[in-house]
Amino acid sequence: MTAKTPEQITNDLLRPLSGISARYVFWAALLAGIAVAALCAFLYQVYSGLGVSGLRSPVFWGFYITNFVFWIGLSHAGTLISAILRLANATWRRPVTRCAEVITVFALSIGATFPIIHLGRPWLAFFLFPYPSERGLWPNIRSPLLWDFFAINTYLISSVTFLLLPMVPDFALVRDRAAGWKKKIYSALALGWTGTPKQWHRLETAMHIMAIAVIPVAVSVHSIVSWDFAMAPVPMWHSTIFAPYFVAGAIFSGIAALILAMALLRKLLHLEEYLLPIHFENLGKLLLVMSLLWFYFVFAERLTTWYGNEPSEMAVFWVTQHGSYAPLFWAMVSCNFLIPFPLLAIKKLRTITGTAIASFTVVIGMWLERFLIIVPSLSHKYLPYRWGTYRPTWVEITITAGTFCTMVLLYMIFSKIVPVISVWELKAGRHEEPHALRLARQPDQVEAD
Amino acid sequence: MPIPGAIYGLFSDPSSAERGMDALSRAGIRPDRIVVMSAEPFDEYSFSKMDEATPMPWLAAIGGIVGGTCGFLLARLTQEGYPFPLITGGMPLLAAWPTGIVTYELTMLGAVLTTVVTLLITTRLPNWKPKLYDPEVANGKILIGVLEPSDATRTEIEGRLLAAGAEQVKTTVGDVAS
Repeated sequence: MTAKTPEQITNDLLRPLSGISARYVFWAALLAGIAVAALCAFLYQVYSGLGVSGLRSPVFWGFYITNFVFWIGLSHAGTLISAILRLANATWRRPVTRCAEVITVFALSIGATFPIIHLGRPWLAFFLFPYPSERGLWPNIRSPLLWDFFAINTYLISSVTFLLLPMVPDFALVRDRAAGWKKKIYSALALGWTGTPKQWHRLETAMHIMAIAVIPVAVSVHSIVSWDFAMAPVPMWHSTIFAPYFVAGAIFSGIAALILAMALLRKLLHLEEYLLPIHFENLGKLLLVMSLLWFYFVFAERLTTWYGNEPSEMAVFWVTQHGSYAPLFWAMVSCNFLIPFPLLAIKKLRTITGTAIASFTVVIGMWLERFLIIVPSLSHKYLPYRWGTYRPTWVEITITAGTFCTMVLLYMIFSKIVPVISVWELKAGRHEEPHALRLARQPDQVEAD
Repeated sequence: MPIPGAIYGLFSDPSSAERGMDALSRAGIRPDRIVVMSAEPFDEYSFSKMDEATPMPWLAAIGGIVGGTCGFLLARLTQEGYPFPLITGGMPLLAAWPTGIVTYELTMLGAVLTTVVTLLITTRLPNWKPKLYDPEVANGKILIGVLEPSDATRTEIEGRLLAAGAEQVKTTVGDVAS
């Protein structure tokens, strides 16, 4: 295959923006239907009270907080990974970054709604905001929940701008090819971009600065989410390992989500010539490293707890090892390590299908991990007379299913509005590293040359 | 308001665009009158080397300092400046570690927002009515031109751009390409 001209690249990447197929409408309607069902379930909960959920003493954190931690973790797919690859100047990143950054913005937005859903009385969410008021409420700066407010909002604002800024030149491309009302909308979005050297330099400098800023912010976000737990003297929570353990888990689930999204986009939008096997191969290697790191953290945490033999911690330890939560625990270990490890470690299996299967199991496994961190500790906290159980109701299950569908739906809508691969970045990479790209497409031929 | 005219060439490849740029420089055109536009950055070519210097990193750092100061003051004033005295039972009123977290987050937010604002101001975006633009740029053409050329130099500029390999040379009167 010969190298594509700039015009071919533009045409290929802007093609998904034109036209909507019947299959697209069917899936969008189905996902929207489930999302609406979730909204109805939420409104039912608002009307009836939090009692319609399965949250009972002693387990007051269940599916909602599990989803909160899961989605915030998943949001590390994008901005963090994209920023690291940008700073490392990894040329293969170019078709990947926007797919990744979009996940961050949507996952973070979905994750941030869960504390509000969990409030029961969401109209009082502003009580969390840290400003002196006449309400007589003390905005407690020592509460990790308040740190969440700052960290998540900082990360959300940074991620949105990190996503939007490099989209401006692509909006200009679409503007110049569109007509009618579309032209008006894209003209507004393009902000009058003309592509002068000054604009390119400033954009690249801004992206570089933001990449530097966003990495520590991303690390801080999931550290702070972990401190929601680690600052409480609850068995198996009050641990210094929690912050790095959560950050590693977040990156792990984030990469898995990114691979899944890329595999679907490649297939559905016919981007086979841009999302190449080498992208899945490289991300698969990263996923393998994170799988090993995740296993290391789980082992270190479990070993330390077992050696400490502290009675309240051991109660939680055993209930997950071979008690009522053991099936979920071992499913988690299988999904996060036993299944993905061979798929990612053996080169022959590290194909697009192999990495997609591994990623799918990792996403499931990481959701289970969040659940297993939260619920067993609360249901087996200290003295046995306080122990209890947790069973999610249809309301929680519907809301959870709805958020997954909302995520996919948002991604589908996005792919019809904005090129999911950054056109200008791909073109810029074309004349920077022609050899590397040719090698990615035809390794044998290039080496023979 | 009258919009200044321009004369520009559209080049299909960066090498000829570079020649066009050199030709304009040799003709004595002032650099601030030369305009370059492309649909992708060409960092390795000389015509892309204009306007590289920017105080953006320094401004981002200052924005970070301002953001961090705001974060510190917000955390401190929220804890100490409440409308009534808070009874803490002898505990320190100002919690250092949490204040550090809030300060840190707003430092980063300050740096990020300053970067975005600097980008928009220095590139003069949004500017929905640019002085010069040609949609052919979106099709991969590189535009090299001169803003407000004198009547005496128009013919010379056109000749030089064509000699350098411009596929087309266009002139604008007002905002209409002819």
